Amino acid sequence: MNRAADRCRLGQKAAIGRGQTTLRRCALTCLLLAALVAVGATHPAFAAKSLVHKSAPEFVVTDLNNQTLDLNAYRGKVVLLNFWATWCAPCQLEMPRFIAWQSQYGSRGLQIIGISMDDDPAQVRSFLEKLHLNYPVAMGDEKLGELYGGVLGLPLTLLIDSCGKVRAEYQGATRLTVIERQLKILLLHP
Amino acid sequence: MKSKLIGRIGFAAILLTFVTLDIQAQWTPPSAAAAQPGSALTIPQAELIQPEALNHLLQKAGPQKPLVLQVGSHVLFAQAHIPGAEYVGPGSQPGGLQALRDRVSSLARNQFIVLYCGCCPWNHCPNIEPALSKLREMGFTNVKVLYLADNFGAGWVNKGYPVEQGR
Repeated sequence: MNRAADRCRLGQKAAIGRGQTTLRRCALTCLLLAALVAVGATHPAFAAKSLVHKSAPEFVVTDLNNQTLDLNAYRGKVVLLNFWATWCAPCQLEMPRFIAWQSQYGSRGLQIIGISMDDDPAQVRSFLEKLHLNYPVAMGDEKLGELYGGVLGLPLTLLIDSCGKVRAEYQGATRLTVIERQLKILLLHP
Repeated sequence: MKSKLIGRIGFAAILLTFVTLDIQAQWTPPSAAAAQPGSALTIPQAELIQPEALNHLLQKAGPQKPLVLQVGSHVLFAQAHIPGAEYVGPGSQPGGLQALRDRVSSLARNQFIVLYCGCCPWNHCPNIEPALSKLREMGFTNVKVLYLADNFGAGWVNKGYPVEQGR
């Protein structure tokens, strides 16, 4: 059992011991999050197979800086996993905000991860040079896409809690205030 | 105690109403008025084909079957594509347009061709209009564009239409 998993387990135990008031608050938060997800699920632009309420599939890839990117290593953090591409206009609108969030909320436990669904890594590198990204990006492929239920439209962003469970999925051009609100809830109640 | 609980439920209901309205406000219907040159919004309705109609056409055997070309992402194509469709490359890039030209140059100009992409929401698709313009420029007269409002997943796969996998 690694440290991150221990932290996750201990965190859950601590939450149980916080008393009835806290539990009621958590239940209310969960109810709200579940309702948000249910509303999102009826949105016309949803992924082929939703992973909400399921464990985020594990993957290990090499990022564009030749570093190992292991999703499991981020257990204990709230992860925003963003599938994007250089030719995707809504993705390009989101990325500067993701950079700001990584700076703003990184110390509070947020980790943003980018997966480019482009065909050509050279094109991605050249694109990222202009952005001064502060979070890791790796190239995706059809295997990773299928692992995540089919990435059949971009952008696709998943909000993963500190225990590795997918809490929300955002397909297509999504209002960023909605994502930010939900990730702030998770950072407050991991 | 009871009134406290009712108060909390009321508060959650009001919050949920605001959030619901906020999420619904994300959906902006495509508007031709907002169309930029090269945008899919500039494609006339008459040149569009709906997923249901294309699926119906593809189920029928015979010479009326169109040549279906995907002009978007290869990674997305490899995950799922319309059975029999061919990948030619992104219409927004010179390499993709050259591959499209190479694929169709020997065909009769009245060949029935259906283009599709589905990479992004329709009003943001960078590929479909340049590919259609290329075929028009080459003199093709029987071209339709598959209308996928959100993306290929939502507009085709989730509707239960058949797909194939692989490059």
